[in-house]
Amino acid sequence: MSIRGKTAIVGFYETPTRREFPDRSTFGLLAEVARGAIRDAGLRKQDIDGLITPDTINSLTIAEALGMQPRYTASMTTHGASGATSIATAAQAITAGVVDYVMCIFGESRPRSSSRMNSLAEASGALPPRNRASEWEAPYGPVIAMNGWYGLMKQRHMFEYGTTQEQFAKLVVDQRFNASKNINAVWYDQPVTIDDVLNSRFTNEPMHLLESVMPCSGAHAVIVTSAERARAMPNPPVYILGTGGPATRHDIIWTDDNITTTPVVDSAPTAFQMAQVNPGDIQFAQFYDCYTVLAMACLEDAGIVPKGDIGPFYQDTDTTFAGEFPINTDGGQIGAGQSGGLGGGFRHVVEATRQIMRRGEDRQVEEVDLCLVNG
Amino acid sequence: MTNETTAYEKPLPRPEDPDLTAPFWEATKRHELVIPHCAYCDRFFWYPREACPRCLQPGWSWTPVSGRARLHTYTVVMQPAHPAFAEDVPYAFAMIQLHEGVRMMSNIVECDIPDGLEVNMPLEVVFDDVDHEWTLVKFKPA
Repeated sequence: MSIRGKTAIVGFYETPTRREFPDRSTFGLLAEVARGAIRDAGLRKQDIDGLITPDTINSLTIAEALGMQPRYTASMTTHGASGATSIATAAQAITAGVVDYVMCIFGESRPRSSSRMNSLAEASGALPPRNRASEWEAPYGPVIAMNGWYGLMKQRHMFEYGTTQEQFAKLVVDQRFNASKNINAVWYDQPVTIDDVLNSRFTNEPMHLLESVMPCSGAHAVIVTSAERARAMPNPPVYILGTGGPATRHDIIWTDDNITTTPVVDSAPTAFQMAQVNPGDIQFAQFYDCYTVLAMACLEDAGIVPKGDIGPFYQDTDTTFAGEFPINTDGGQIGAGQSGGLGGGFRHVVEATRQIMRRGEDRQVEEVDLCLVNG
Repeated sequence: MTNETTAYEKPLPRPEDPDLTAPFWEATKRHELVIPHCAYCDRFFWYPREACPRCLQPGWSWTPVSGRARLHTYTVVMQPAHPAFAEDVPYAFAMIQLHEGVRMMSNIVECDIPDGLEVNMPLEVVFDDVDHEWTLVKFKPA
């Protein structure tokens, strides 16, 4: 049994993404977007019988805090892919008849990254847990955050395919342009040039500061239901045509056979087959972008361009919302910010929904029949 | 390469399963590099774990390897996660491909950083006796 076209997103809501919301709690932000998404779908809270959340807080804890008694809950464990995975999970549960209306909700109010780093440093009197990293990585001086791993991936991509620093920088320029038109983006009204990116400091060569996400606070929610119900609801249904896993290979990239190839080589064909479309049919894309190189390698692996051609593609293609092939039209995480609570990877789902409902306002994409979202 | 005058302040290896990997660290103290080799698969694997990640059978053996390697990829660190590495900035945090096929993380030493680094450059193992208890596996240009 395929889930093709059997479910649809029928409402969404998100807060702005900001460095911090000093007076707001995580549950406060989640309550705001829950209320907003339910209202946007034309529903009442008691209609929602399914709840899908990040694993940073147990889904039952979130249900309790929001005063909900869902008969179906799930906590997503696929890191950055959790937001996209939640839609596949919701579609499966609805198609199986387990549940009628699922709310997928992600977000966090967290301290600014600098103060978080300080508190980590203070806590470092206690040694980190013993694991593979403490034995096989830590003695060699890993880079702060995930910058090192994606620096290794980028270096290898440059070596294998000749991808240039200017080509990586073009992704940032296009996404920061999109973010400049998105009032909810942390980089609203602050476009950058190729030179700005190239002149930003290396956190670790070859990775520039402006190629990586800003850890932020914010929350995002959508409502998913059956296609049948969706047709009677106020918003234009955003049909889920196909999904694909897996989400693998997260913790230690040095065990991968090929570090410039992502699990999207497996997940994208699954999704395309289910949806009965080809990569060439896709009109615009929302792709997980913690760092330039990851979004670019995933676009290759999804078949949007042949492997190794993503550098020239970005160089020659306007990927802004007004361009030939729009990508990350809200700015993505690089432009709009990475909300905590796995919200960063959920913004791609929300923005695809917004565009398909033609509610993109200043950044509305023209052709919005078919979007590919990658977590 | 031993520094006898000041205490070593960088993180030492902290094994999750000390009994499992003790033979590796005992070998490095003898300046030998040994890697898990599965006889069923006739393949090396890395990192060490109780069962071979390919066939899931236990009973693999620690097997000496050549110490020859290539630089699979690297990043030049300006902002280390641990403050004790600040004195080494910029240094190479590197993914090493051993001649025997497995990859591991390490540092490149005895090399001009960053100008002497090149993806795929041949490397050979060196042993860094960082204190009386621990010897780290590092690599230098071959």
